[in-house]
Amino acid sequence: MTRLRLADGTAPVLVVLVVLLVALAFAGPAYSEPSGYLALLKRAAPLVVLAVGQYFVVVSGGFDLSVGSLVTAEVVIAARLVDGDDADTAWVVALLLGFGLLVGLVNGLVTTKLLVPSFIVTLGMLLVLDGAVFLWTGGAPRGALSPSFRVAGRGGADVPLLGQVPWSVVVLLVVVGAAVWFMRGPTGRLLVAVGDNEKAVHLAGGRVDRLRLLAFVLSALLATVAAILLAGFAGVSAQVGQGLEFRAITAVVLGGVLLGGGRGSVVAAAAGAVTLEALFSLLNLLGVSGALESAVQGVIIIAAVAYAARGTALRHLLPHRKTTVDST
Amino acid sequence: MSAVGVAAGRLPARHRAVAFTPVVVVYLALAALLVVGSVLVALDGGVLLDHGGVLNILTRSTVLGLVAIGQTLVIVTGSLDLSVAYLAGLCSLIAAETMAGSTAMVVPGVLAALAVAAVVGLVNGLVITVLKANAFIATLGVALVLRGYLEHSYTGPAGSVPRAFQHLGYDRIGPVPVSALLMLALAAAAWWYLRRTRTGYHMYAVGGDVDVARLSGVRTGRTIVTAHVVCAVMAGLAGVFLASRLGSGAPYVGTDAGYDLESIAAVVLGGTALAGGRGGVAGTIGGVLILATLDTIFDDLGVNSFFKDVVRGVVLVVAVALYARRRHTGRSS
Repeated sequence: MTRLRLADGTAPVLVVLVVLLVALAFAGPAYSEPSGYLALLKRAAPLVVLAVGQYFVVVSGGFDLSVGSLVTAEVVIAARLVDGDDADTAWVVALLLGFGLLVGLVNGLVTTKLLVPSFIVTLGMLLVLDGAVFLWTGGAPRGALSPSFRVAGRGGADVPLLGQVPWSVVVLLVVVGAAVWFMRGPTGRLLVAVGDNEKAVHLAGGRVDRLRLLAFVLSALLATVAAILLAGFAGVSAQVGQGLEFRAITAVVLGGVLLGGGRGSVVAAAAGAVTLEALFSLLNLLGVSGALESAVQGVIIIAAVAYAARGTALRHLLPHRKTTVDST
Repeated sequence: MSAVGVAAGRLPARHRAVAFTPVVVVYLALAALLVVGSVLVALDGGVLLDHGGVLNILTRSTVLGLVAIGQTLVIVTGSLDLSVAYLAGLCSLIAAETMAGSTAMVVPGVLAALAVAAVVGLVNGLVITVLKANAFIATLGVALVLRGYLEHSYTGPAGSVPRAFQHLGYDRIGPVPVSALLMLALAAAAWWYLRRTRTGYHMYAVGGDVDVARLSGVRTGRTIVTAHVVCAVMAGLAGVFLASRLGSGAPYVGTDAGYDLESIAAVVLGGTALAGGRGGVAGTIGGVLILATLDTIFDDLGVNSFFKDVVRGVVLVVAVALYARRRHTGRSS
């Protein structure tokens, strides 16, 4: 067994991603040099960060539908509190992280202590956050972000050979790296085990509730990071997070992570997010109208998931080959 | 109420808890809500359950009720349908455009809308059973496809329904809209279907444990496809009804009201387990009535409409927490 083996189900999404990247190189002149791909990664960064957070929840057997509205709430709160003043950036970022922590804790505690399915808990949280944001702002967010707040989403560092590397790409790499490290450790492995068989983990002495709570907190905190990136990149609006929860779940599933938990790798989830963004870029370059874009997206999601599911189903039909499959 | 009694009585081996099945709880909650709401509105100087109030509650319940009845069948089967909102919009357009203001085209218009809905449901079901895609993703994908088609083909309301057809949306007997009665009749039919027919029982079996159902000889694939087709046709009916109310078809009439997540909320509020295998239509109608009553109370009190979302979210989570607690204590004792 080599150290760098790919987790089960990672290969298909990587193949799709490579095909899309090659297609991009043919379709657009911007993709003939690294800067084009860096720009793609920059656009993808918020979704990748969200997908990594969603991965923790999905792989432990839950859903987090609240991340989209959480992103909106954070962006609107940030704009209102910072109001263009650089001096306020630091404490507002800290406050946003605190708010994310709180939302994650509520999601996790209601799921684990009150035994409500996470789909319902986070749907309720979505309604509450959406309603609260509009109640507070009256529909139109006020205030403005300070330049220093927007650096993470817009700015970059000059690196030889690559040109300007956006900070959001750095954040992306750090988040993915940390997530991979976490998932290789004992806690990460237990998290997957919880998604696979909660009872077995409980009987083996694992703290199931604490692990699931941790997943929700991580998801909400990463949604906060994504919100900061998005606010810098796209600016303030009350629609900034709309539909992001479904997009993040799509990315995770595209990466071959099993809804219901217990299977899938975090790298594949991140790759799923990049794939989704590359797909949007490609459709854009090919001149597919924005309206048909979602139709194409729908077909591709179904195809990808169906392919992954059929693959798993075939493997289940051949149990004696399972060991060989696992060790490849 | 006989439906409630029988539904409660049929839950196996739980006679001591008959009085507090989720169905009973949800109607008790509805009654409590009506009392509290009446008091609050009265303190505000109005009357909740006057002619207009009853009409308001029932009209609000009709569309959501139609969608939620279908959603109940799908959720009981252990699946989920996120495409109903776009489907309702699409069907309102198909009905209105086929009718194009002519009375003679009413029946073809309704049939065309329902046929398209049935096809979409069939696609949902086949993608889930044959392609083995997760229901969440499969119906989300179909929803995106429908959305793409709607955005590509329509910019706003289109088509028009004849005046005669608008009677469906506006006629009423006293304070009770005819359409609400039709919705309740369909709910009764769905209840009968789930509790009295072989396919209905199969839906509970498949939702409870799909492998056990298959090993017991249930054609699980066929059952799931049936549930999705019925659900889509109900969403189509909701679209047709909306066309009758609005006088034309509107592409985003379903999504603006959030019927996808809202219908799931109503079903779960009614005590149906999201994982499938447990619950029923009687509770769902209770859930729909609770949501509609909440809306009406807030309207009467002049509460900010966004505050409604906040309360709705809290109500949903608290309700499910109560059910979960009961089930948990029941199991461990």
